[in-house]
Amino acid sequence: MDEKTPEAVPSELISFRIGAQEFCLDIMLVREIRGWSQGTPLPHSPPYVRGVINLRGAVLPIIDLAARLGLGQTEPTARSVIIVVHIGRRLVGLLVDAVSEILAADPASIQPTPNIGCDTVNKFVRGIIPLEGRMISWIAINDILPEQAEADAA
Amino acid sequence: MDPMESIKQTYFVECDELLADLESGLLALESDEGDSDTINAVFRAVHSVKGGAGAFGFEALVEFAHVFESTLDAMRSGTLAVDNDNVKIMLRAADVLADLVQAAKDGSSVDPARTQTLADELSALITPQDGAPVTGDDGEPAADSWGFTPLKLDIDEPAAPSRWILTVTPTPAAYAKGHDPAILLREVARLGDVECWLDASALPDLNALDPEGSYLRWTVFIDSAVEETAIRDVFDFVGEDCPITLDREAPADQPLEDIAPPPAADFDVAALISLAQAQSGSDPAMPSDEPAAAPKAADHEESGGGREPSKQAAAGATIRVDLERVDRLIDLVGELVINQAMIAQRVVESELGRSSSVAIGLDELEQLTREIQDSVMAIRAQPVKSVFQRMPRLVREVAGMTNKSVRLVTEGEGTEVDKTVIERLSDPITHMLRNAIDHGVETPDERVAAGKPAEGVVRLSASHRSGRIVIEVADDGKGINRPRVREIAINKGVISPDANLTDDEIDNLIFAPGFSTASTVSNISGRGVGMDVVKRSIQALGGRISIASVPGRGSTFTMSLPLTLAVLDGMVVTVGDQTLVSPLTAIVETLRPKPTDIRLLGPKGAVLAVRGAHVPLIDIGVALGWRDEPIPPANGVILLVESEVGGRAALVVDQIQGQRQVVIKSLEQNFQHVDGVAAATILGDGRVALILDVDAVIAARSRDRFEPQPLAQAS
Repeated sequence: MDEKTPEAVPSELISFRIGAQEFCLDIMLVREIRGWSQGTPLPHSPPYVRGVINLRGAVLPIIDLAARLGLGQTEPTARSVIIVVHIGRRLVGLLVDAVSEILAADPASIQPTPNIGCDTVNKFVRGIIPLEGRMISWIAINDILPEQAEADAA
Repeated sequence: MDPMESIKQTYFVECDELLADLESGLLALESDEGDSDTINAVFRAVHSVKGGAGAFGFEALVEFAHVFESTLDAMRSGTLAVDNDNVKIMLRAADVLADLVQAAKDGSSVDPARTQTLADELSALITPQDGAPVTGDDGEPAADSWGFTPLKLDIDEPAAPSRWILTVTPTPAAYAKGHDPAILLREVARLGDVECWLDASALPDLNALDPEGSYLRWTVFIDSAVEETAIRDVFDFVGEDCPITLDREAPADQPLEDIAPPPAADFDVAALISLAQAQSGSDPAMPSDEPAAAPKAADHEESGGGREPSKQAAAGATIRVDLERVDRLIDLVGELVINQAMIAQRVVESELGRSSSVAIGLDELEQLTREIQDSVMAIRAQPVKSVFQRMPRLVREVAGMTNKSVRLVTEGEGTEVDKTVIERLSDPITHMLRNAIDHGVETPDERVAAGKPAEGVVRLSASHRSGRIVIEVADDGKGINRPRVREIAINKGVISPDANLTDDEIDNLIFAPGFSTASTVSNISGRGVGMDVVKRSIQALGGRISIASVPGRGSTFTMSLPLTLAVLDGMVVTVGDQTLVSPLTAIVETLRPKPTDIRLLGPKGAVLAVRGAHVPLIDIGVALGWRDEPIPPANGVILLVESEVGGRAALVVDQIQGQRQVVIKSLEQNFQHVDGVAAATILGDGRVALILDVDAVIAARSRDRFEPQPLAQAS
């Protein structure tokens, strides 16, 4: 597995919902999708780290993507899912409300992120994709982990 | 991966092992534990490194290895004494060789001057030896960079005592019975100086060659001092399958060619091949490097290295396995343990009873699982010896450079630790040793003046403690010069001039960033790496380092590291609604406190009276941020723990569930280090439980206490 997420536009994207907004990420980064289960909380961690769960013997940290993107804490329901993704050599679970569909990515349709003066958006939204009257934000997950882990991964 | 690349990788892996063999062999020689087998092993190691290097075209490596090999060969044949000075040079040469291998591996550069100096030193060892057959009379073996030592025909040599001429003509029967001429000839070579010639003139063209035939004949010139019976004894058991003749050499003025024709004239493999190809029209794609291979084989024969019996024997005893496969196995076994625990829990829940056949079968499964787990863990565990044995030389070198007399004592070399930890022990230990010799141990004069023996002692020890490996480097030097440390810290702005520090705090200032006590940046300690870097690299491994010093008596650096992948005996406890594991080794005792044993101290603090001593109480739920207010200690259970840094403490938890062996799972692998947590594990119900880092919890506590201190570097 490569150290870095490829910068090129992926061929397929997986889209998911957080609240009323839709997001997507490169499907090649996704290892699996699993149901929500309560994790073991970690001390001294940012609020968007929802603890760790057991993924077939590995300890998997769960990032509440809503909280990470500044959209408030997720109240997990039975429909909530964890998208297990590769970030560098790490495996990380992203808590989202629901997975919607798989999109074929057309590079031409991806528009640059409009500058709305929000650091979180600038940091995590790599581009936007208009689709059937909706707007899907293509997110970059490289910086999802707290900073210490990023430094280690570099 | 490019196949060539993967072969190269294998070569480098082998090199690491060979270099280790080389070093341990030389160290054995140095301490007088070596015998001729050791010298042979050392020689083989260098020879094998050279062989592979030649194949990949690492010329600098080949060149140096060749000089090294020649010198070792002289030692092997007895022309060079196995004394301390010579071995010392070889130890340094082994160092350079390792550097060259590293350079070949990652393309880094090696100081050519250093390489040349040592190559010269090595050559100098053998040049004055008259008539040493390997070097030839010009003493310039380095000129031949391809590892093929040319045989010198000492035709012009002044009349020497006449040597033995032995001819060996194995019959096909000898080969059929598995006699290997190489082994016989090597035996002969052990008797004394030999020159061995191969006569391949009887070798027919390839198309006429009987693969089971015997066409080769050897002529061996043996040192005159060797007893005739000794030579004959070698061939005793081969009997008539391998006829030999043994005569005294004719007077020196007789042309040698009469006896042994120059091999090149008759043994031209390239010509043979091309001839065979022309005649039979066989595969034209015959590897073109065949001619090169032949002299190589001859080189083997000549040098007596030949095939390596000990290595072949070892090949059956060990296998090389990709670390990832072992890791995977360990993960799977961990899963197995968890699954087994889950089934056990289900069986209990189903109320089948302990004597039911299911429960009994499950007990057996549990035992098996434990055994598998132990065996798999043992695969990765290695004794720290491999790191420790590199250190004596370092100590010698540093002592030499600083003009100090230092003896290294190592203890606990058999302490086993996971392979991943082993690899990362070397740097911090190296640095601590350098530091101990450079800053700790005094010069012989100073020591004598202080009433100590002139020779300083540095003790390097390893042990298991609290589920961690503890490495100690202790010197019997002058100890930390606290006023000086304090002064420097103030000058460098590490602390404010009016800071009131305890001795311990002053000692630990040497770990502060940008701190170096040496008034001049010396070659040894001042390699741009301060103790702060050492500390940080150890912390990155989840380890800790501390120092204890007694003025005039010496300092002790203590480094403790986790045994990353190991099973841990833990006390499973409940804190709030969470389950937590505390390493059993840290726990001195557990108790239910009487309310009268708890004394309040200060606005929020409390201590526990245990047999007359008063120990600070720490509520684990609060320490880990799981609750805001501590539970009344009398309602919980106390884990009385001993830490390496902060002495004793009483940890308050809600409940004790029991003792259990747990598999340590890294939090860092997918996440990052979390303060107060050593690692994680997976419990029988499949949930993750955190393993408490007792020392860190206590240390965090003492940091809080010291916070008002004006330490500039405090975060």
